[in-house]
Amino acid sequence: MLSDKDRIFTNLYGLHDWHLPGALARGDWDGTKDLILKGRDWIVNEVKNSGLRGRGGAGFPTGVKWSFMPKQSDRPTYLVVNADESEPGTCKDRDIIRHDPQKLVEGCLLASVGMGVHHCYIYIRGEFVNEAKHLETAIEEAYAAGLIGKNACGSGYDFELYLHRGAGAYICGEETALLESLEGKKGQPRLKPPFPAAVGLYGCPTTVNNVETIAVAPTILRRGASWFAGFGRPKNEGTKVYCISGHVEKPCNVEEAMSIPLRELIDTYAGGVRGGWDNLLGIIPGGSSVPVIPKSICDTVLMDFDALRDVKSGLGTAAVIVMDKSTDIVKAIARLSQFYKHESCGQCTPCREGTGWLWRVMERMVKGNASVEEIDALLDVSYQIEGHTICALGDAAAWPVQGLIRHFRPEMERRIKEYREAAARRAA
Amino acid sequence: MSEANDAPVEQPASFAFTPANLAKAKAYIAKYPSGRQASAVLALLDLAQRQHDNWLPRAAMDVVADMLHMPRIRVYEVATFYSMVNLRPVGKHFFQICTTTPCWLRGSDEVVKACEKKLGITIGETTPDGLFTLTEVECLGACVNAPIIQVNDDFYEDLDGPATERLIEALKRGETPKPGSVIGRQTSAPVGGPQTLTDPSLAGVKR
Repeated sequence: MLSDKDRIFTNLYGLHDWHLPGALARGDWDGTKDLILKGRDWIVNEVKNSGLRGRGGAGFPTGVKWSFMPKQSDRPTYLVVNADESEPGTCKDRDIIRHDPQKLVEGCLLASVGMGVHHCYIYIRGEFVNEAKHLETAIEEAYAAGLIGKNACGSGYDFELYLHRGAGAYICGEETALLESLEGKKGQPRLKPPFPAAVGLYGCPTTVNNVETIAVAPTILRRGASWFAGFGRPKNEGTKVYCISGHVEKPCNVEEAMSIPLRELIDTYAGGVRGGWDNLLGIIPGGSSVPVIPKSICDTVLMDFDALRDVKSGLGTAAVIVMDKSTDIVKAIARLSQFYKHESCGQCTPCREGTGWLWRVMERMVKGNASVEEIDALLDVSYQIEGHTICALGDAAAWPVQGLIRHFRPEMERRIKEYREAAARRAA
Repeated sequence: MSEANDAPVEQPASFAFTPANLAKAKAYIAKYPSGRQASAVLALLDLAQRQHDNWLPRAAMDVVADMLHMPRIRVYEVATFYSMVNLRPVGKHFFQICTTTPCWLRGSDEVVKACEKKLGITIGETTPDGLFTLTEVECLGACVNAPIIQVNDDFYEDLDGPATERLIEALKRGETPKPGSVIGRQTSAPVGGPQTLTDPSLAGVKR
């Protein structure tokens, strides 16, 4: 069990003052000037050595991403922080923003120094109105204290930070859609390449990082790469904020080490599965986009990028959605199909048409009003969506359905059989 | 995208920002590099919507387009793309009920039923007195406190049917119940209080 002294987000639950004085008392902004003066290369190397991988879902090594930014640029360069937290099951960035906002503000500065960036935008989802107020206040407090702005922390480094509110669109969590939205357009993803590190915001080199990724950076730099790398398995290092929702006794957010066994995470912090571990049906371990895994896998799987990839699911945002045996699993996944149909931006045909088709067929599967062959058709169409769209929303729509068929096909077939038998009885 | 019905909306002939909101709008525009003022479009549409009883008339879109030197069609595109833009009038208490899987697993069906029963309207409708509008939304991002309703700017969390009815009764009485968990939980900590972050020496100043 991770000890409190190794937890980064010491005000995760908002028990304490979120304003600057409280943050300073918890150790934020301690020696930031010295960290800045150690320079760009030192910062990037520390983050590389810490093993930090992006916390927004894709898990790309953060230090490597930062190193892609040009050393020399005649154009402005930008850091854009993705606070468009919208992946069903995920509510970790919300806690960081409303309860520990100075960690994010300080992280924006240090990450920007690491990339030679002087302008940063934080894009927060529009529904987080009260959270945005906290963050706006935190930014104002940091400016007033000279921590950011011209000559930030007295280091000689100039740094400007702005908050930008979205207006309700899941797709804007995709980094290029987010940039489009930030430029004042519909949030429709861009083709890659060019990648944002070459052509990003306003056509300038840009890095987009998740809130948690940025907010852990100051603590990593203060306590050292080896401290952070001491948690979790190789290539999956660090601590992580987990969101445990669904059929557990006590849903909660908690920061723990990477690679903690899934069962231990739920039993230790969430009071266990409702009705006991044996009452578990399946878990979506990383937010709605990753495939569901059945109890037999949940029994032993570890919560990290590689372990979950090996069982054909994913760590994603580490949003653990627990479903006990009372769950209508087909309906649970059908509801996600409805979500993706609603959130498709409509730009790519396989996604625009495919998400709606998946949802309609899934709704019939809930009732069993289908033929067994249609399960194969469903799977086939999901593969035709996956990988055939500009962004990963198509994949994200396909994977939950694939996970359902992979692990719960007998349940789908049982429903079809029952529906047919009932229809035959009615006809007789 | 207020997609509940397609009936025509009676549009006001004109719209103008109040002086206070005009100053705010200018501050938003100043966040972006010169020539990039279109970046402020969502902020200005939100400002206009807040000034106009929580819905955005066509005239306001035109004002925003002109202020930002954007073709009007570009602003209409944006306004119809994002779900938080209300293109038709809504009630004073705008209910956005999350029914995505994490909320559904924790009983969002009961929350929807309680709203519909208590208000006598269905999803997509507004009460005849103009006080309540019900909408169904996708994940609001507070899943460990599911199920959730967002009422205007505030989240009400850890709901069930009876708690939802109490929320509506309080709003009808003109009260503003305290946002957050309706069962008195400390934000996203487990029921019964935090099990971690209990070491007082780490926590800094107590409020």
